[in-house]
Amino acid sequence: MPDQQPNKHNGVPEDSSTELSSAFPETPTLGAMGAQPLLDKEDLSHSAPQSAEAVGVTDREVARSLWQDAWRELRRNPVFLISGVLIVLLLLVAIWPGLFDSTSPLSCDLSKSQLGPTSGHPFGFDTQGCDVYARTIHGARASITVGVFATAGAALLGTLMGGLAGFFGGWIDAVISRIADIFFGIPILLGGLVFLSVIPSQSIWVVVGFIVVLGWPQIARIARGAVITAKQQDYVTAAQALGAGNSRMLLRHIMPNALAPIIVVATIALGTYISLEATLSYLGVGLKPPTVSWGIDISSAADTFRNAPHMLLFPAGALCITILAFIMLGDAVRDALDPKLR
Amino acid sequence: MASPVSAVPTEDAIEAAVEKPVERGEPILQVRDLEKHFPLTQGILIKKQVGAVKAVDGVSFDLYQGETLGIVGESGCGKSTLAKVLMNLERATAGQVLYKGEDISKASGRALKAIRRNIQMVFQDPYTSLNPRMTVGDIIGEPFEIHPEVAPKGDRRKAVQDLLDVVGLNPEYINRYPHQFSGGQRQRIGIARGLALKPEVIIADEPVSALDVSVQAQVINLLEQLQNEFNLSYMFIAHDLSIVRHISDRVGVMYLGRMVEIGSDEEIYEHPTHPYTQALLSAVPVPDPSGREGRERIILSGDIPSPANPPSGCRFRTRCWKAQEKCAIDVPLLAVPEVFRGQDTPAAHASACHFAEDVDVVGAS
Repeated sequence: MPDQQPNKHNGVPEDSSTELSSAFPETPTLGAMGAQPLLDKEDLSHSAPQSAEAVGVTDREVARSLWQDAWRELRRNPVFLISGVLIVLLLLVAIWPGLFDSTSPLSCDLSKSQLGPTSGHPFGFDTQGCDVYARTIHGARASITVGVFATAGAALLGTLMGGLAGFFGGWIDAVISRIADIFFGIPILLGGLVFLSVIPSQSIWVVVGFIVVLGWPQIARIARGAVITAKQQDYVTAAQALGAGNSRMLLRHIMPNALAPIIVVATIALGTYISLEATLSYLGVGLKPPTVSWGIDISSAADTFRNAPHMLLFPAGALCITILAFIMLGDAVRDALDPKLR
Repeated sequence: MASPVSAVPTEDAIEAAVEKPVERGEPILQVRDLEKHFPLTQGILIKKQVGAVKAVDGVSFDLYQGETLGIVGESGCGKSTLAKVLMNLERATAGQVLYKGEDISKASGRALKAIRRNIQMVFQDPYTSLNPRMTVGDIIGEPFEIHPEVAPKGDRRKAVQDLLDVVGLNPEYINRYPHQFSGGQRQRIGIARGLALKPEVIIADEPVSALDVSVQAQVINLLEQLQNEFNLSYMFIAHDLSIVRHISDRVGVMYLGRMVEIGSDEEIYEHPTHPYTQALLSAVPVPDPSGREGRERIILSGDIPSPANPPSGCRFRTRCWKAQEKCAIDVPLLAVPEVFRGQDTPAAHASACHFAEDVDVVGAS
């Protein structure tokens, strides 16, 4: 425990500082404990100005929450730093692809079909004669959009459903858990082939929606378990004994303590959702041209791998790095949030 | 003051009763035939009740204003369930809990909130009873958020700091998180939270059993000091007999969901008349070697029976060396035993045994 000396804070008027230090010895002992009836209401109302000063003093004290501890831990973790740099870079590429590339991924020249890397075109050209570097850069947006939004959707829906199931238990839990089981039982690739081939729209949001619908049960299960664990803690009972209602118990006590495992699973799921988008696009049911995506490029390059391996290697490499970055991030976050490791 | 009320009191009646002052030495909390049974069910879709765990099964006692009632008993005898039922955290299956004469065991809504202001709890484990994601200020201030009438918004921070000071913590710790404190300090935070609403009754469920022995003494002394300062009534649950003797004015001994003996600490510790109490006390370590050799250790055979299927008659008969046929048939009532009735001895206190006799097992009086 770092020692706190009341009088070391600057900017407090001289008289109040000495008064504080004399009123509260550094190590409070039983003998020195308040003989004055501090809980008197009158006492409370009379001492308003003093309380304002006390606020000023204590606000300067640095508080460290578990989240801040986790952040401290993360900043020292090389895995987090590497994945963090990669993800920031990928986000920049996804949001402003023009920063990294001036050629359009859709302006192609058939005469350059399948040419290898040359100066100015470091990744070479694909069968249509389009610049592979440009397509790789512009393809990041589709992959990362799908990954981020599908994860956000699945995490929100899953946390809501799992939280309700875990908190209320009983038949609500039974109904939600069975629904989750049904969605969990759908094989994700078969489901993708069936659902996405009957939906005529090829928008990116259809793919996001599909992943959310099939992805939420995984998060819901984790959320349900975490909420049940948190619900049984004494501090929830204590809040109930104080007269707290359901919403206060759920939002102030249970959710903040159940969030860590959900964040971890969601971060790892983000990587798998990106690869799922690529898989679906490869199978021809995810995104469709003219949308630029790594999955589409990998799919079209697969046939000519022996003649022009660069067409496959660059988008596939970008995909691998992206997935790896997100999974590494999830791993680092899990380590930082796991209290057993502290 | 109160004869048990049969009808369920209205919210208004409870709210009015809560405001009534109680004289020192008058009963503030009266428990009458309290039962808490947890149903045992079988079947997946159609749940059929096949039995019940009788965690608390017909407990009656009074808690007087300003006193400390210690409740002792081995693990699984229903002490903690009793505390939860008194706190209305679990609903009683049957029986009454009279707070200032009104039955609160079925209270809800406004009335329940008013009761919660007046009966508070201190928990066993200071490591799980404080929310790790909240600052100390938020934890101790939460009672004021739930009951805004207790402290106006502007005064809350000051009130929290005062509470920290009262329990012997530096008021500047208000922005810290629970994991930055030691076990004893955390338990003080838990006590401060319990005191925030200025309750009249505090139910302490093994408040020191998770602490080091040296810290136990500090917390016990703090509890005693707070009792004098704020005129509190304590129900103190523990399995450490020495601590219970130290802090309690009266002691109740529980066995398998029943109260088997209740009386002043002198009556229970020096003149126990129930065989279970005698066995329990004979297990207390005696620091004096000469006294240790002279006394007889009563070692009970067997385990505590299942509360789902308790023995007939006297619950203790399966492990009692005095058990006779009568014990299997007649349930002994918690009353002054026949042999001591009318006598002016410390042994004449309520004890649920057919064959009660006064034995000084501690041998250190």
